[in-house]
Parts: sequence; C-alpha cells; structure tokens
Amino acid sequence: MNDKVAISVADLHKEFILPQHKITTIKQAFVNIGKKNEKVKQNVLNGVDFQINKGDFFGIVGKNGSGKSTLLKILAGVYSPTSGQVERSGELTPFIELGVGFNPELSGRDNVFLNASLLGFSRAETTLLYDDIVEFSELKDSMDKKLKNYSSGMQVRLAFAIAVKARNDILIFDEVLAVGDEAFQSKCLDIFEKYKAAKQTVVLVTHDMETVRRFCNRAMLLDNGKILEIGDPRKVSRKYSKLNDIEIDKMIKNDSDSSDKARYLEARIKDKNNNTCHRFSSGDKIKIEVSWKGLDSSQLESVGVNIFKRTGEHITGFNSRYSLKKGWKEKEEISLDINLNITDGRYYLLIEAFREPGKVIDAIYEGPDFDIDSSEDKGLKWSGLVDLPHKWSDAN
Amino acid sequence: MNLKILHLYCTFESVLKYNKLQLSTMKIITKQNKSILREMVSTDFKVRYQGSALGYLWSLLRPLLLFAILYVVFVYVFKLNKGVSHYGVYLLLGIVLWTFFMETTVIGMSSVVNKGDLIRKISIPRYLVVVSGSISALINLGFNLIVVLLFILINGVEPSITWLLIIPVLIELYVFSLAVAFILAAFYVKFRDVVFVWEVAIQAGFYATPILYSLSLVPEKFRVYVFINPLAQIIQDARYSLITNKAIISWNTLRFRYAIIPVIIVLAVSVFSLLYFKKQSKNFAENI
Repeated sequence: MNDKVAISVADLHKEFILPQHKITTIKQAFVNIGKKNEKVKQNVLNGVDFQINKGDFFGIVGKNGSGKSTLLKILAGVYSPTSGQVERSGELTPFIELGVGFNPELSGRDNVFLNASLLGFSRAETTLLYDDIVEFSELKDSMDKKLKNYSSGMQVRLAFAIAVKARNDILIFDEVLAVGDEAFQSKCLDIFEKYKAAKQTVVLVTHDMETVRRFCNRAMLLDNGKILEIGDPRKVSRKYSKLNDIEIDKMIKNDSDSSDKARYLEARIKDKNNNTCHRFSSGDKIKIEVSWKGLDSSQLESVGVNIFKRTGEHITGFNSRYSLKKGWKEKEEISLDINLNITDGRYYLLIEAFREPGKVIDAIYEGPDFDIDSSEDKGLKWSGLVDLPHKWSDAN
Repeated sequence: MNLKILHLYCTFESVLKYNKLQLSTMKIITKQNKSILREMVSTDFKVRYQGSALGYLWSLLRPLLLFAILYVVFVYVFKLNKGVSHYGVYLLLGIVLWTFFMETTVIGMSSVVNKGDLIRKISIPRYLVVVSGSISALINLGFNLIVVLLFILINGVEPSITWLLIIPVLIELYVFSLAVAFILAAFYVKFRDVVFVWEVAIQAGFYATPILYSLSLVPEKFRVYVFINPLAQIIQDARYSLITNKAIISWNTLRFRYAIIPVIIVLAVSVFSLLYFKKQSKNFAENI
C-alpha cells in the first residue's frame, strides 16, 4: 500500500445470513436437526474496490439499503468482511453514533470519561480536556446530574462536545447530521470546515448532497452493494439525485423533466467580440446566451443561470424574472452580460428553465464550462474569491 | 561519497521513524484498552450499588449472610461440622471462592449481549467486556478474602508460609472462571437459553463441589470423581493453604496422573475458550 493511502479496500464482499426462523433456543436447535434450515443470504456488498487517500474528505452516498452503513461498519472494524481486503494505515475513530456507551445512570461527568475512553482517550487526557468539553457543551451546571435527567438535546450536545475532541488519523461519521436541531447541524458543519482546512482524513456517510458538494473532495455512490460512481463529488451527487429522481418517478408520475440531458435548453458563452470562448481573465465581460427552441413558451416563466466552481461551490445565480419585461420570450432566446469579477479557477454553468418559481421544466446541469486564468494579466485590484460592487469614501 | 552517507542517514532515519510509529501505536492500543477497562469497571460499580443505602457493603454482606444461613442449617440441623476443625471458616472460604466463580461466569455470560449497544458501534476488543465483569468480581473477592482472613485469625489459625500457596490457587480460579465466562458469553449470543441452563448447572455444581461438606464424608473411591471438578481441587487447595493441612487435597490423596486432571481441564478449557471466543467474536456485532 502506498503511503499516501489511508484506507484501501479490495474486492470487498459482505453477506448476511438471515435464518428465516432464527434459532435462539437449544430446543429449537435440536428440533431442527436434520431439517434443512432455510437460510436467506443477503448480499449487502458485492465487490467494492476503492482507496481513500490521506487528507481526503471522502463522502459515501447511496439510497437506504445500498450498503453504505455496512461498508462503514466494516471500515470501522465492527463487522468482518465475508471476503476481500480492507487495509488501513493509522488509527481510526468511528462515529456510528454519538455518545457511544453513555450510561443513563451515571452523572454527566462520569459519562464524559466513559465515552472518552471508548474514543481512545486516557483518563489523564480526558481530565485535561474536561473543562473544554463542559464549556463547549454549555452544560456546566448539569454535569453532576444523572444522564437520564438530561433532555435529548442536552445528551447530543454533551456527546458532540466529546466527539469534536477526538483526534485520530482517520475519522468516520455515519449520518451524524441526522440528529439534532439546526444549531447543532451548523456546529457540525463548522467542525467539518475545520477538518477540511486541517487536511484531516474524514469518511462521511450522508444523504445530504449539499454537504457532499461543500466538503468532500472525493465521493462514492453505492447502489445495491456496488460502486455506481466514484470520484468527483459533483458528479456523484448528480448521479445520486438522478437515482433518486428515477425512484421518485416510479412512485409518482412527475411532470417535471428529470432526464439527464436538457431537452430544449441550449447555452453558449461568448466573449466581448461575440465569439464562443471558454477561457477568460478575471474582470472580462462575457455574454451568456440561452435559447429554448421547441419548448412551449407559454409554459416558461423564467430562466436561471448559475455559476458553480468545479470544486462544487455555488458562486452566484441570477434569475430572469426580476429584470426582463413582457415579451422577452418571443425570440426564444435571451442573453445575460456578466463582468467576471471572480478569481482564477475552473467554473461551469447550471441553467434552469422554470414553469413557476421552484418548478423546473428543463435544465442543463452541467452547462458550458470555462476557465479563468489571469496569470498574464496586469494584476487585480482586489483579492479573494469575488469582487463585490463597492465604493470607498473619505471622511468628508 | 557524501551522497552515500546522506542516503544511509536517510534510511537510518526512516527506519527509526517507522519503529517509533510502530511502538507508539502499540503503546496506545494497550493504554487505550486499559482506560476502557478502567471506565467499564468503575461504571459497573457505580451502577450496581446505586440507590442502595449500604452500597458496596452488600458485596461483603451477601456471602456473609449466605454463610450465616448455611452455617446454621448445616451445623445445627445436619451437623456436618463433626470431625472438621474450623468448620466455620472452612465453609466461609468455600462460599467466597464459589461466589467468585458464580459471579464471574454469570456476569460474563451476559456481558457481550448486554454491551451489544457498544459492540455494534465500536470496534473495541470484544474480550474487554468479559474481562471487565471479571475484574469487578475479582475486587469483590479481594475484599471478601480479607474478611475470611480475619475470621481465620480469630479462629486461632496461625499464619504460616503455606498461606502463600493461595496465590497460584487464586490464579487458577481466575483463569478457569474467566475461561468459562468466555465460552458462555460467546454461546449466549447464539442461544439465549444458556442462562437457564447455567442457572441449574451452578446450583448442581454447588452441591457437587465440597463446599458445605468435608471431603472426608465422601467415600474414598469416589473422591477421584469429585476431583475431576477443578473447583473441588481449587477450594480444597485453598483450605489446605489457609486453614488446615488436614484438608483433603488431590495432590496427596490421589496418584499424580489423577491429581493432574483438574489442572489439565483448566488448561484445556482456557485454550478452547480463547479459540472459540476469538472465532465467534468476529460475528458478535451482527448476531446480537
């Protein structure tokens, strides 16, 4: 295994044997001797191969029952694989659930030490971290109360305060965002931000594509125990949405279009000389032309143009409904002028046609892309990601 | 030339680094297990005696009260004490050792299932949950033995060098109890009625083992069968070492090849328990 790799999984299979009639008493075992016990094998993972590099923020997504939690438990060493190899370099702390081992009969304080020991802290280390944990959990006055007298929100806060102290080579999270309120979730996201900045190796199982696009540099889509897509988190999350759309389509005939390619929309990026172009410098003026030949214009309410960075960040988005006057649909084409006051990098457009606000009729998910490269330029008068419209004034 | 030295130095350093890394992970593993064990044992203690006024005293009182009852019944009703010097402490020591065996196996048996929540979510070594139960029992045994020693001294037994023999005897007891606990714990994951079977087995074992009665009441030709039971050998050895050298022990009444049987059983059970537990523990998370 090369030393950049944190986890390497090769041809991993996992099957669960589910006896139709589970033998849990010895009598049944005797009675059933000779009878062939009907066992149903359930293949949860069918040959999964992938690698996670050190410093990766690796997302695992998939529908319910796709095997992602099983995979995570195998990575964490809770389940053993039926066949195949899992190699990892370094120690790993799994968060299949927050507050593992919490005992309701113990005080908050005792639970901190108990849970921390299970996360790999010695008593001395926990003692050092204890004040921090209490402060972060905002439960200073309740630490001597028994855990059973905590509200569920308090329990989650305490568990989370301990969890964020965990430092290990690899951290694994399973749907931690699913619990807790919005404030808790935003705290979680802050922590993820820190992990990302610190190049902490993280494996994250989630349903939330927003999180995947925002944090992950690599992602993997599992379906029926197989890898459907791996690599670019944007691609993975698109594929996942599509998978879900198909699922939803099966259930209810949806009138919005969910096929991969746009049916009517077309878009071009042009430079100031009206030539199609995909390479610009910061500050260049561009024109984006959007047309919808063949689409019944009476159905169309507005057009949206979004700029995404290749790494997934949504830079900006505009909707035509706020600026265009009556009659804009007649030519079946509109255009948008933009000053590209954004930093160097690779970008792409996401273009949507709306029937009414929030209802998409047609969309180009991976629209034309472009690069911004200002290396030959005279130097910018601003720094950061974007140049916002601004104005300086003196004290007078 | 310089390059060669540099190269050598680099290799040397990387080897050093690698070793350090190895060493430190190994250290962490044992340190971590120790701290988990410690927290589990202390949780056990805190939870077990919560809400009871006498708290920890109960783990001393329980065997003492059991002793009092049995003492009254068997001294005044059945008069089993005849011909046994120091019958009181003789009985008490037997009860204390038996209690340890019972506690370790009963707690150990359900430990894996009871801690299922943990086992399904974290990859701590599975044996830790069984060992943690046995350590609680071991601490109880320690306190109980102090009480027993006090009684022994009050009874007028002179301390002697043979007292030291209790150490290997206790080690044997601990190893055997833990091994049985491992087997039961792994078994219990698959078959829940082990609990009821073991309850009966413990009850039967209590009478099959010379705890209440002296071995002198057992006809000589049957003693060899009594001594197949490692607990009979252990308890008799303990009595021999702490109370009286008149206690009948396997070592001086049986031929060596018979006397060694209980020890071989202990070793065989231990080896089997480790292998069995190790094999089964891989699937605990999914079977619980």
